Amino acid sequence: MDLIRICNVKKTYKTGVTAVHEMSLEIGKGDFVFIIGSTGCGKSTLIKMLYREEKPTSGKILIGGLDVGKLRNNKVYKLRRKIGVVFQDFKLLNKTTVYENVAFALEVLGLPKSEIHAKVLKVLDLVGLKNKANNYPTQLSGGEQQRVAIARSIVNGPKLLICDEPTGNLDKVTSMEIMNVLEEINKMGTTVIMVTHDTDIVARMKKRVILLDSGRILKDYEKGTYVNESIKDNK
Amino acid sequence: MKALRIISRNIRDSFKSVLRNFSLSLASISCITITLIVVAISLILSYNVNNFTELVEKDVTIVTFLDVNVTEQDRQLILKEIKKIDNIENIEFESKMAISKEMMESSEVFKNIMSDWTEGESPLQDTFLVKVKDIKKIGETANKIGKIEKVSVVKYGEGMIEQLVSIFDIVKNACVVIVIALIVVTAFLIANTIKITIYSRRKEIEIMRLVGASNINIKIPFIIEGLFLGILGSIIPIIALIYSYSTIYEHFDGQLFSPFIRLVSPTPFIYFVSLVLLVIGVLVGMFGSWRAVKKYLKI
Repeated sequence: MDLIRICNVKKTYKTGVTAVHEMSLEIGKGDFVFIIGSTGCGKSTLIKMLYREEKPTSGKILIGGLDVGKLRNNKVYKLRRKIGVVFQDFKLLNKTTVYENVAFALEVLGLPKSEIHAKVLKVLDLVGLKNKANNYPTQLSGGEQQRVAIARSIVNGPKLLICDEPTGNLDKVTSMEIMNVLEEINKMGTTVIMVTHDTDIVARMKKRVILLDSGRILKDYEKGTYVNESIKDNK
Repeated sequence: MKALRIISRNIRDSFKSVLRNFSLSLASISCITITLIVVAISLILSYNVNNFTELVEKDVTIVTFLDVNVTEQDRQLILKEIKKIDNIENIEFESKMAISKEMMESSEVFKNIMSDWTEGESPLQDTFLVKVKDIKKIGETANKIGKIEKVSVVKYGEGMIEQLVSIFDIVKNACVVIVIALIVVTAFLIANTIKITIYSRRKEIEIMRLVGASNINIKIPFIIEGLFLGILGSIIPIIALIYSYSTIYEHFDGQLFSPFIRLVSPTPFIYFVSLVLLVIGVLVGMFGSWRAVKKYLKI
């Protein structure tokens, strides 16, 4: 069954630029999908519409049956509680500890302290940062910070994890570590959508790959059929 | 239970956030402090001016002298006539014997002259001391009394009273305008200061939105933080107010320059003003935070 269904979605910004043209796409439950393409191809706009930072100009986006485009501003939080988002620049609160950063996502849900404690430690263990719970983000390496951000995004058990270039600021070795964490999360049943520039990673992971160009789907590679050269060929 | 948890967590977080963003909090707190001190001073001044004018107005009396040869019956008639005028607050009768007694007590010279006067011989006049409700209409009222039969003269400090009243009126209105203007200016000044401090925390708000905090969830900690800022900002003005007003009151013995200008007694006045300052501080702090956060909650 599809978790995400995108039907004829078009996004035109106020400036008149159309970032996404009549796009249709389905992503199944438990999938791991890469979205790649050159700068300005519309991949960021596409995922921004998924977590409702942007509204589609026309068309329909359904996530788990919820019509995201029709969601009102003051109801966006309901969607955000069901999905996790990870960014290139981590977006951590530097004045609070690793533990507090992760716990924050549960506190807004109003869970009891003991439950928060258990869940946060479990997820920090998953990303391998249990022993750094009391450190501040600035005391951690880039890879560790990204793992904190991932921990925060999955702590409330979302069905969908959206990653916007999570390895963009990291070196190759650290990037692969992050990818392993994401794969681990995916194996646990969470659907992962990752936007990236790094075709090496994409080729290595052997997942479904969606190649965008000028706001349109250029190619939709089945699991394991993507090879690194294709992006160069298309340029 | 869940709501209680969220509220207590919000209070804890707001308190932490005041401390964590201490330099920014300090900016807001000092802004509140300074403006509240100015508000306190103008409140004290206007309240004292008001108090003084009221005291003066209460003292103003229309002295109604009756004809020398009025009988008891005439007096009753005149009293009835005066009572018919609407602007009358109260009427006191002072007989010529009472006046002469008062005068004799005040000086030896009067005593020698007046001691053997009988009621019939006395050249003094019976008087009605009339106080009015609305001092602005005192001239009109005095005129009406003067026209009553067997009233010889009416005195109330003509000219001077009218001038005094119009000056008091201007001062009173000016004070009200100044205090209101100050409070409004304070509100916006503090709102803007808090807005600037929150501007540097829009990342925090962005992350809150990202992890699924509802708009109310985001606003409440900031509003509680505004409340803390308001309370902290009003501490110094309140202490300064209580200490300095009591000191000034004692130093001047409760009167300024002459017994004529009496200061408002410190208790409960200063506690009332303190409460007003606290309420203004808290409301303005909360209002400022609310306005500032609202701006960052739109997409």
